[in-house]
Amino acid sequence: MSRLQKFDLTKIIIAAILFATGYGTDIIWFFIAAYAIAGYKTIFEAVMNIIHGHVLDENFLMTIASLGAVYCGDYPEAVAVMMFYQVGEFFEHYAVNNSRKSIADLMDIKAEFANKLVDGKEVTVDPEELLLDDIILVRPGEKVPVDGVVVEGFSSLNTAALTGESVPRDVSSGQEIISGTINLTGALKVRVTKLYEDSTVAKVLDLVENAGSRKASVEKFITRFARYYTPIVVAFAVLMAVVPPLVMPGQIFEDWLYRAMIFLVISCPCALVISVPLSLFAGVGSASKQGILVKGSNYLEALARVNTFAFDKTGTLTTGNFDVTTIHTQGAISEDQLLELAAYGESLSNHPIATSIVARYGKVESGLVTDYAEVSGKGISGIYKGRKLFCGNDKLIKDLGLSWVNPTEIGSVVHVATETEYLGYIVVADTIRDNSASTIEALKADGVTQTIMLTGDRREIAEAVAGQIGVTDVLSELLPEDKVSALESVLGENTKGHLAFVGDGINDAPVLARADVGIAMGAFGSDAAIEAADVVIMTDDISKLVTMKKIATKTLRISKQNVIFALGVKAVILLLGAMGMANMWEAVFADVGVSFIAILNAMRALKL
Amino acid sequence: MKKSYKLENLDCANCAAKMETAINKIADVDSCTISFMSQKMTIEAEDSKMDSVLDTAQKAINKVERGCKIVK
Repeated sequence: MSRLQKFDLTKIIIAAILFATGYGTDIIWFFIAAYAIAGYKTIFEAVMNIIHGHVLDENFLMTIASLGAVYCGDYPEAVAVMMFYQVGEFFEHYAVNNSRKSIADLMDIKAEFANKLVDGKEVTVDPEELLLDDIILVRPGEKVPVDGVVVEGFSSLNTAALTGESVPRDVSSGQEIISGTINLTGALKVRVTKLYEDSTVAKVLDLVENAGSRKASVEKFITRFARYYTPIVVAFAVLMAVVPPLVMPGQIFEDWLYRAMIFLVISCPCALVISVPLSLFAGVGSASKQGILVKGSNYLEALARVNTFAFDKTGTLTTGNFDVTTIHTQGAISEDQLLELAAYGESLSNHPIATSIVARYGKVESGLVTDYAEVSGKGISGIYKGRKLFCGNDKLIKDLGLSWVNPTEIGSVVHVATETEYLGYIVVADTIRDNSASTIEALKADGVTQTIMLTGDRREIAEAVAGQIGVTDVLSELLPEDKVSALESVLGENTKGHLAFVGDGINDAPVLARADVGIAMGAFGSDAAIEAADVVIMTDDISKLVTMKKIATKTLRISKQNVIFALGVKAVILLLGAMGMANMWEAVFADVGVSFIAILNAMRALKL
Repeated sequence: MKKSYKLENLDCANCAAKMETAINKIADVDSCTISFMSQKMTIEAEDSKMDSVLDTAQKAINKVERGCKIVK
């Protein structure tokens, strides 16, 4: 609590004690003292604002309401109004500062200093002063200040602040590291590759800070509503104070004045206007903590309404790297032996399929394969360990006069045989991510009715992948320029709910822009992706999409709960007040109490 | 050009909304959003007019919440 806040709290406590004493002793001076202490600032502000031309504000309304109560002889109620108003204000400030601080803490990724190495000596500088190619030292426990490349040392980095991942990343010489991560084990010498303002930290901070400027429609509704609400309620208050006593026979002025005062107390829309931005801001903040950067609260809102997810296949649902997925032996040979033969056979080829087989096997010694020959369109042959080997497609095996086994698995096949014997096959495919299937399932459980896969791959491969992970619609064999029109044809049919597109950002800019919410994944440092997308997920972990949708849904639900609750309570008490069935305490609750509850509810969004 | 400024002492969400409406009505302002939570004001206006726009904006802000200052 700041000093100012402590002072405010002290005033409230003193006023409360005086109030209780007054209640107990029934001596009016205690009430007057309590009123003075609780209300002097409010009355002062009201007067100052009127002088500056701004009349209808909270201070004025509370002053008038409490003075009205005094006029009616309800001293305790007058004090209660002022006191509870102060409590409400205090709590509001406390909650807002608290959440601002929580989010600032979440985003505490900026390094305070950098250790620049100048002629072998360390100089402490501000990260913003670093220039390209400067060499800096990052010790264990320190934050990486700017993006760069490790030139010396090896260590692990804690990337949790940026990605939400708890597993540290190992880095060594030659690898790129990004700002905002924390160095854990070994000291690193790093060459600066990006200025602070272009580094990941600056970009992430910028994104999150500016997310509040893109307003969700709920927010816009609330602000427009509040603009009309206050003047209308105040107008009613004035009418109520004046008209019924004049027009209706037997009505006491004080009665209606009291009711008008109640209206004034409820006329402040504070609870609404604070709680909605607060919950959205908290939602954006919690998402950032998980490594999900939402560029605007409007996107958070849109995500809650997404019922269709479109995915780019390669790099998003799959790793984008060819890998050996199946080793099937046919002869009297083990899988390892088959792999060894295939690896050596393919060791002299540069084809991605060949390199992935070699990579899977491990270290291939050079010079052990002789008489290497490529048969174009079919495969290769060579002599290894005294045997002539053939590796290739079914045409190659057919030429040898041997029979082979057709794989059931989808992917690129490499059959292996000697001149006399068919030995088996190896299938190389783009690996589906471990959690793609579970992510799709979780999204469906969360209300996503349609999932679409977009890819340039052949139909069989696309459909097989889709079948394995549970995607409902497949659009395959698409050229890059077809992706947007393919997406549009799906968008056209879908009138309820929004469409989200998930891609790795590299070639997806037009599609990202076209979808209602464009999500770029694994954007660790990719500028183009961060630019084009509406949501940036810092890692390759596709299950983050589920987390994202959950945060969005919950945040929006909290906002709506607050709106309905605040409006509902106010409407009821306004009605009761007009009919003379409500008193000042209830009015104060409708204002302060509702604010209190709405803010508490909004802060739930921080805990997602 | 779009520029962002910090608003000091922005304490009331309702006031932020009122300021935003008032500033949007200023002639040379193309658009303005105020985020109460991040205490930031983003104004889009011509570069050459930005200084005078900020002065007019500050006056509008003073009417709504005394003590709230644009940090230039």
